[in-house]
Amino acid sequence: MKLLTHNMLTSHVKGVTKGYPLLIKATEVKVNDVDFNPQFVCRMIPKLEWSALVEAADLLGHRQDLPSELVPDYEKNEDFLKKVHRALLEVEVIEGCLQCPESGREFPISRGIPNMLLNEDEV
Amino acid sequence: MASSCSRTCLQYLLHLAHDNLDFRLPSPFWCLNSLTEEDVRSVMARSVCAKSAFELWGRGRTHSELRTSLLNYSPEKMSPYVHKESTYRINVYTFNKTLLFADRIKKIDALEYLPFEGTVSLKSPQHIFCLLEDYGTDPNNIPEHPNYVYFGRWIADGQRELIRSHSVKSRHFIGNTSMDAGLSFIMTNHAKVKENDLVFDPFVGTGSLLVACSHFGAYVCGTDIDYNTIHGKGRSSRKNQKWRGPDENIRANLRQYGTQKMYVDVMVSDASKPVWRNAALFDAIITDPPYGIRESTRKTGSHKDIAKAPDGSYADSHVPVSQAYNLSDIFADLLHFSAQHLVVGGRLVYWLPVYRPEYCEEMIPHHACLQLVSNCEQTLSSHTSRRLITMEKIKEPKVCVLDLHSCCLSTELPYHGHNAFREKYFSGLNKRSSKEDTRADVDGK
Repeated sequence: MKLLTHNMLTSHVKGVTKGYPLLIKATEVKVNDVDFNPQFVCRMIPKLEWSALVEAADLLGHRQDLPSELVPDYEKNEDFLKKVHRALLEVEVIEGCLQCPESGREFPISRGIPNMLLNEDEV
Repeated sequence: MASSCSRTCLQYLLHLAHDNLDFRLPSPFWCLNSLTEEDVRSVMARSVCAKSAFELWGRGRTHSELRTSLLNYSPEKMSPYVHKESTYRINVYTFNKTLLFADRIKKIDALEYLPFEGTVSLKSPQHIFCLLEDYGTDPNNIPEHPNYVYFGRWIADGQRELIRSHSVKSRHFIGNTSMDAGLSFIMTNHAKVKENDLVFDPFVGTGSLLVACSHFGAYVCGTDIDYNTIHGKGRSSRKNQKWRGPDENIRANLRQYGTQKMYVDVMVSDASKPVWRNAALFDAIITDPPYGIRESTRKTGSHKDIAKAPDGSYADSHVPVSQAYNLSDIFADLLHFSAQHLVVGGRLVYWLPVYRPEYCEEMIPHHACLQLVSNCEQTLSSHTSRRLITMEKIKEPKVCVLDLHSCCLSTELPYHGHNAFREKYFSGLNKRSSKEDTRADVDGK
């Protein structure tokens, strides 16, 4: 699971109102080499919850001095965009789980794939 | 499209492939005005339905009319391509008729009135021209003379090669209902997927649609309720193979075509219970939801309502007979999801299964925030078909604290929802992840 995806996921456990962001508990993390595409990164940044991204990257030990707030004029700042690119697309949680911050319910991640299914009695 | 055509007021001819006939106008020849060559080239860079595009120099119902038309074509427009230093060749294409080689040569010779001053080069001409003859659309009644003839300068071919290169037959990872390459690319085009888009498929299966989208530079993600399919496990869909191998998963499919870098994520998830935060995240949503026969039946336990055909196959009937209570909520949820999570201007493209005897346009699901762009039918059998529906998000839904479903104008659907069945249909998984392979062999394979 990449942090781009994590940034967009929320807990859908019944009755939960503060289900975002999901807490990451990772037992295996991998960093891949993904071609840097500044245009894509620029398009994604406005869609992100910035603090959730920084928090998640930090928790995984891959924050790499991402600032706590978005820098202005980031479109032209290649260094900054490369850092964002790395956090969004190169860091991958392979094993672990995502935890609902309100209910504590855990969604397992195995082989890089989160399983978000709830049981019948939970929906 | 060019808004003015001052110097470049030319006509173009598109030669369309002879398939998916319900998706287009009846004739495979389509003349277009008010375009620039750049417009035509950009269309051909995407289209899998168009074989070739030509700059139209002349046309007519007979060769005599063609001659008149060609002699009326401005010499200034011809001159860059016919001057002394140029090299060229002329092809002859006949639709709905086979011509002997000798006859082709005769037809080319009959064009000697054209002011070509350059040299013929069959192997590497600078300019290629084509004489196209239309012998109608009835293969049992081929006229001696063509109904219509065209002559033009070849500009570009379409992307039909993608249908072969991305054929599901040679794909690493497939499922029973993997979308064929041609239709996947058509859907990608309907959704106007472009480079650097983020595309989502909520019923991703083996990722055929994502493969097509990634080819045009979009980043892709998907979800599916089927754990085995997402993980690439379980029984193979290939004839002589029992189990799936280690290289069978969606990521591997993208890698096969060199687009692995466009892979974002796939997840095991129930499309009726979305896990995304409330924001316009996706540039396009492209999907082929389950119709109720070949997918998902194992999740609902024994599908005793559906009787198999006498020969035990489901091949034609991809639509459940008792659709009245099968499908309503899938589409309501899909439209609602799209209204929430598409960017404004973003598109939803999906297949809608239809029972033809009862079909009427009012059956197409609608939503206040989504505008219907197109509705193309693909016949599956005499009484069933599926329609490729394209919708564009035109505005944000109103935010409502209580029930988001009730806020949007009612999505009146022909299939009356039945909640108990819906629950069974969607969330019927008793175990979260299935280590055992309990899949019933519903295809009779």
